[in-house]
Amino acid sequence: MEISRLQSLRNAWFVFQKDVQQEFKTRYSVNAILLFAIVTLFAVSFSIGTFGASKEVKSALLWIILFFSSMSGLSHIFVREEEKHTSDTLKLICAPVSIFIGKLIFNFILLLLLEIITVPLFFAVMNFSVASTSIFLSVILLGSIGLSAGATMIAAIISKASAKGALFAVLSFPILLPVLVAGISGTKVAVIETSFLKAADELQMLFAYAVVVITAGLLLFDFVWNE
Amino acid sequence: MMMLHRIWQFALFIWIIIVIIAAFTWAPLAKGLGEYTRILYFHVPTAWLTVLSFLIGAIYSVIYLRKRDLKYDYYAEAASQLGIVFCILATVTGSVWAKVSWGSFWNWDPRETSIFILLLIYSAYFALRSAVEQEDRKATLAAVYSLFAFVTVPFFVFIVPRIYSSLHPDPLINPQGKINMDSKMLTTFLSSLFGFTVFFVWLLKSKMDLIKIRLNLKKLEK
Amino acid sequence: MKITASGISKYFGEKKILRDINFEIESGMSIAITGPNGSGKTTLLKILCGLMRPTMGNIQYQVNGTAIKQESWFKYLSLVGPYLELYEELSAEDNLLFLARIKNIPSARAKIKSLMERVNLKGREADDVKTYSSGMRQRLKYVFALLSDPQILLLDEPTSNLDEEGIGIVYEIMQQQKKEKILIIATNERQDLKYGDKQIAITA
Repeated sequence: MEISRLQSLRNAWFVFQKDVQQEFKTRYSVNAILLFAIVTLFAVSFSIGTFGASKEVKSALLWIILFFSSMSGLSHIFVREEEKHTSDTLKLICAPVSIFIGKLIFNFILLLLLEIITVPLFFAVMNFSVASTSIFLSVILLGSIGLSAGATMIAAIISKASAKGALFAVLSFPILLPVLVAGISGTKVAVIETSFLKAADELQMLFAYAVVVITAGLLLFDFVWNE
Repeated sequence: MMMLHRIWQFALFIWIIIVIIAAFTWAPLAKGLGEYTRILYFHVPTAWLTVLSFLIGAIYSVIYLRKRDLKYDYYAEAASQLGIVFCILATVTGSVWAKVSWGSFWNWDPRETSIFILLLIYSAYFALRSAVEQEDRKATLAAVYSLFAFVTVPFFVFIVPRIYSSLHPDPLINPQGKINMDSKMLTTFLSSLFGFTVFFVWLLKSKMDLIKIRLNLKKLEK
Repeated sequence: MKITASGISKYFGEKKILRDINFEIESGMSIAITGPNGSGKTTLLKILCGLMRPTMGNIQYQVNGTAIKQESWFKYLSLVGPYLELYEELSAEDNLLFLARIKNIPSARAKIKSLMERVNLKGREADDVKTYSSGMRQRLKYVFALLSDPQILLLDEPTSNLDEEGIGIVYEIMQQQKKEKILIIATNERQDLKYGDKQIAITA
């Protein structure tokens, strides 16, 4: 009864579908993450005023908002399984790799959803603009893959701990810092430059990071998920 | 055996005393840094040791995940305990050096940032350990986090210097980027590095021996 | 299909929960695990499923003499227990179809319908699980467990939350399972015990 790679991926998709179905009915993660982002955005905007910060600072602020919003919403996908006692149920029907990939896709889509709403809002409210949309979008996209991959793995780890609290942010921050740094730097490049190559360093790093983190996640998830 | 052990300890003790004296008297001063050069002999070894601890912790984490013997988790924890201590020392000595050389205690220069990240990782590691009650769960989760952190660290250390400009004397007090230290400086520096490393090995081994004794005691009690 | 347990012991820190459990079970047999509350029945069941590791000892699954790796055990079994819940925000049907897709079960809808009837939940497929009473949830768990037609069925407190009618349904399920497959139950109810060909008592 060996399952093929294809079946593993299909199962990952089914896990993703199931999570989406649940999310659709409760809207818990989506609400948490959007609410946090919007509140923070308006708090920042109010404190700084639209002309009160340089483009460098605004680039950093965007990523800070994205990072902390992730912290408020991306752990739910695993924590919910533990709290509702469905974790063991899931464990007994599906192989770990499919679960990891399925939930990774969920978190990635969730983050993209957040960005689709928050980023244009940020541009409007903070009076922010970029010289190169292509650089900016590439940075955000690659950064989101890395961010959601790292966060998913850490979410799995903390879901198995007894005291959750601030643990998610504490464990995630050092791991996700490279994404933050490269993301901010890449955004700064997008603000000034129009040539795509100028952001090569940052984009390469974000890509390599995403590859490394997803690979490490695939190798290590088994240990976290199974006892 | 005890005799050899004692000789070792004594020799190490003498070695480090000589290094300290040499650092303050015999070794010459680097241009531009003056007396502050002396921090070099202590700051760099602590930074090196915190990285070494991190590596050793990661290795024992891998061994634990393969063998599932709790002893290896305790070893990884011991290495991390030493690691965080040396990390704090490196951050503080580095910060002092930064203040006297460049005027401010903290600048987010790549090396400063890297050591700070390491400090965050160690702290997170211990926070995770204290949040899990069951021994084998704790060991597994801590080991996974160690390894996960391990794969992300190289990114920071290698990429950031290209993105941020560096204030850091790189690598070691000269503009061409070559190991170009005066022979006396080099001798003192390498001796210090060696002495501290042996000291670290001794500390780690002591901790590991203590762990072994505790485990044996538990076995006898059963 | 054969399961062999040798020298199973489990410690939680210093506390010894299971002490040197040994048994063997083959298709067409059933085992009832008994013991006072908190004695470790659930722990033993979880170890048999692969949800927990034993501190000492080892479990072997064999099909026609070939050993099966622990990562694959779950494909041959289903577990029903008070600590395993279904997704209550979703409907019963959504839960069951999710299972059917992952396990690649053919003619799933037809099977779901007939199983739901069998446990007296006919017509309730589209309702969200959170609207179910505890007795209904328990019966739904049986549908979930049986949908994949498992070689090994493990039941922890098989008749909890059930009225007389529900208990009857479960007894009928247990009787069928032990005919050609493996049934393992953990229980304190005297009536349940007669469905175990062998009994294993766990002392505190």
